Amino acid sequence: MIAEAGLAALWLAAALAALQLVLGAVGIREARQDMLAAVRPVAVVQALLTLLAFALLIVLFLRVDLSVALVAANDHSAKPWLYRFAGAWGNHEGSMLMWVTILAVAGAAVALLERRLEQRTLIATLAAQAAIGLGFYAFLLFASNPFERLDPAPPEGQGLNPLLQDPGLAFHPPTLYIGYVGLSVAFSFAVGALVARDVGSAFARAMRPWVLAAWIMLTLGITAGSYWAYYELGWGGWWFWDPVENASLMPWLAATALLHSVTVLATRDGLRAWTVMLAVVAFSMSMVGTFLVRSGILTSVHAFAVDPRRGSFILALLAIYIGGALALFAARVGTVREGSRFDPVSREGALVINNLLLTAILGIVLVGTLYPLMAESLSGEKLSVGAPYFNAAAGPLALILMATMAIGPLLRWRRDELRTLASRIVLPLLLTGLALFAVMQLAPGIPILPLLGLTFAAGVAAASIAPLWKRNLRRTPLFTWGMVLAHLGVAVSVAGMASESAFTKEHLIAAKVGETTRIGPYSLRFDAVEPITGPNWTAIEGTVTATRGNALFRLNPQVRTFWSPPTETNEAAIRTVFDGQLYVVLGRSDDQGRWQLRMWWKPFVTLIWAGGAMIALGGALALLGRLRRERRAVERETWA
Amino acid sequence: MKRLILWTPLVVFVLFLIVFAVGIKKPEGRIISSHMIGKPLPRFALEPGMAAQPGLASIDFRDGTPKLLNVFASWCVPCVAEAPQLMQLKQAGATIEAVAIRDRPEDITDFLKRYGNPYQRIGSDPTSSLQIALGSSGVPETFVIDGKGFIRHQHIGDIRPENVPELLAELEKAR
Repeated sequence: MIAEAGLAALWLAAALAALQLVLGAVGIREARQDMLAAVRPVAVVQALLTLLAFALLIVLFLRVDLSVALVAANDHSAKPWLYRFAGAWGNHEGSMLMWVTILAVAGAAVALLERRLEQRTLIATLAAQAAIGLGFYAFLLFASNPFERLDPAPPEGQGLNPLLQDPGLAFHPPTLYIGYVGLSVAFSFAVGALVARDVGSAFARAMRPWVLAAWIMLTLGITAGSYWAYYELGWGGWWFWDPVENASLMPWLAATALLHSVTVLATRDGLRAWTVMLAVVAFSMSMVGTFLVRSGILTSVHAFAVDPRRGSFILALLAIYIGGALALFAARVGTVREGSRFDPVSREGALVINNLLLTAILGIVLVGTLYPLMAESLSGEKLSVGAPYFNAAAGPLALILMATMAIGPLLRWRRDELRTLASRIVLPLLLTGLALFAVMQLAPGIPILPLLGLTFAAGVAAASIAPLWKRNLRRTPLFTWGMVLAHLGVAVSVAGMASESAFTKEHLIAAKVGETTRIGPYSLRFDAVEPITGPNWTAIEGTVTATRGNALFRLNPQVRTFWSPPTETNEAAIRTVFDGQLYVVLGRSDDQGRWQLRMWWKPFVTLIWAGGAMIALGGALALLGRLRRERRAVERETWA
Repeated sequence: MKRLILWTPLVVFVLFLIVFAVGIKKPEGRIISSHMIGKPLPRFALEPGMAAQPGLASIDFRDGTPKLLNVFASWCVPCVAEAPQLMQLKQAGATIEAVAIRDRPEDITDFLKRYGNPYQRIGSDPTSSLQIALGSSGVPETFVIDGKGFIRHQHIGDIRPENVPELLAELEKAR
C-alpha cells in the first residue's frame, strides 16, 4: 500500500505541475487575475505531494519492504538504519525522486517567500519551474519508477555498494542536489524575467538570495564530496577530474560567475543580458551534470545506472529546456534595454574579468569532460582526459582569477583611478613578494604552479582582509564580512592545494610485523595485523604506531570485506595534526608475512576543505546580510 | 550583427546536443578493443580443472585450427547466462577450450552438469595468473585464437545470442 500511495502522490504532483504551468501561461497571456492567484497555492500543494512520495520511499527503505523492486535491489535488513535511510537516494530512481522533490520544494519556497517581485514575473517564474518539473516527473513515472513492485518478493535484499556505506553518503548527495536543483530557481527567474520583459535591478535583487543559497550548498557538497573521495577511496588524492566531479564543478563555476554578475545587476543595473545568460547556463550545467551521471555516457567511478533509454530521455529534456531557454534568450534579450555603463577600471570592470575567467575555466572543464565523447563519436577512438590537461589549462587562469579577486574588492564602483588604487594594494603586493621570497628560500626547486599558488594565496589573504581596513567593524554590513571570509577561504584552500601538491611525501613498502619506517616527520612501526568484525563486514586491521618527538599515536588501517554484495573496501587510517595529515592504507599480503603499506604525509592538506567550509560560511553570512537588508527595505515600504 | 551573436549560445548548445546524441546512440562504440590482439598467447600449461577432462597448455592452440578460449568460473553468474550460447557455438562446429578462474574441481563438475559442457579441455587457473597475462579483467571473457596460437579477437563479458554469429565470423576469419 505504501508504494502505491507514493506512486499516486507522484502522479497527482505531476498533474498539479501541469496545472501550474497552464494556469500561469494562460493567466499571463489573458491577464486573468483569478488564474494568476491560483498559481502560488498549486505550487505549494505540488511540493507537499512530492515530499510525501519521497517520505514514503524512505519509509519503504527503513522497513526493508522487499516487495518493492528498488528496495530489493538496494537495501538489506542487516544494514545499519542510517544506511537504510540514505539508501533511499543511493540509487538511480531514488536520487531522481530526490531531484524532483527539491525542484518542487524550491518552487514552493519561491511561491511562499518571494514578496518583492512583480506579480507577472513571479508567475512566469513559477510556470517555468513547473515546466521543468513536468519533464522530470515524466522521466520518473515513465522511465525510472521508484515504486515498482517485485513479485515474488525475494527473501533478502541485495545490499548497497559498501563504498557508499559511509556517513558521508547520508549528507553529500542531498547537499549537492540542493545546490544543483536550487539553481533551477535562477533559471526559472531568468525565463520569467524574459517572458515578462522585466530584466533589471529589482529582478536581480530578488534572484540573488536564491543563487547564493544554491551556491552555498554546491560549495558544501563539492567540499564534502572531495573529502569523502579522499578518505574513502584510499587513493590519497582529493580531486581526480573525474567526469562526475567535473559535473558538480561546472555548475559551481557558472553559479560563482552568476553570483558576481547578479551583484553588478542589483547594485549598478549593468550586465543585464549577461546575467540572464549565466542564470540559464548555471542550471543547464546542473542538468548536463545529471545527464552525464545518469546516462552512463561517460565512464566514471560514480556511474551506476547505465541505461541508454534513460539517457535518451534526459537528453530530450535537456534539448527542450536548455534549447528553449536559449531560444527565448536570443529572441527576447535584444529587447532588454542596455543597463548602465561603467569604466574599465572599476569594481564592475574587475567583476567582468572575474566572469570571463570563470567562464573560460568552465569552458576548459566542459571541453575536457566531453572531449572523450567527441573523439569517440568522430573517430571511434577511446581516450580519457586527465589531470595534466586540466591543471595546465585551468591552473594559470585560476591564478589570474586570484589576482582579480585580490584587486576587485578594493576598487570603487563605476569608476576608479589607477593611482589611488596603487596605494590600496601596496601592502598586499608587498606581502605577495615576501611570500614568493620566503617560499623560494624554504622550498628550493618547488614547481612553478604550487609556488605561484602559495604566493598568490598569501597576497589574496592579505587583500581579502583589506576591505575591512579603516572601517568601523561593528557597522560593516554582514555581506561584506561574508565576502571577506569567502575570499579568505579561497586563499586558504589554494594554499592547501599548493602545499599538498608540492610537499606530499609518498611511501610504499612491503613490511613485516615489527618493521619500522620513516615518512615526513614521523617514524612508523608496523605492530600487528588482526582480523576484526563489524555489523555487516569482516576486516583485516593493521596497527601502526607513529611517533614524532614525544607525540605517539596509533593508526588502524583496514581492508573490509562486505558480504552483501561481496566487495572489498579500503579504510584508510588518517590522523590529522596541526601541520598536516598522516594517511596510511593497508594493502595485500604476499602470503609470506609481508603486507603492503602505503603511506602519505600531506602537509597542510586539511586547509583545502577548511577553505571550502570558509567559502560556504562566507556565502551564508552574505545571504543572511542580504536577507536582513531586504526585510528592512520591505518594512520601510510597508510603512511608507 | 548583434542579433546573430545572441543566437550563438543556442547554436553551440545544438552542436553539443548532436555529440551527445551520437554518443548515446552508439552502444557498440563502447567496446574496449584489446591490446592483446595480434599477439601470441603467453606460454602456459595448466592442470586439469576437473578429473574427467584434460588440462590446457598453450601448445594445444598450435594445431592449425582456430579455437575459442573461454575464461569462466563456476561462481560467476553471467557465465550461467552465456552457457546456452556456448553450447550453440559448439553445435555450430567451434572448438572451445576453457580456463577456470579460482575454482574447485567439484564446483566445476557441478556447474557443467547443470548448464552443459561445451568444452574440450579445461585448464585450472587458481591464482588468475593466466587471466592477467591474457589481459582479461573479468569473467566471462572469450578469445578467438588462430591455428598458430595468436589472439585474433577478444569478447569482454557474457556472450549474448546476438554475439554468436559475430564469434563464428571471427573464427572463420582466423582460418
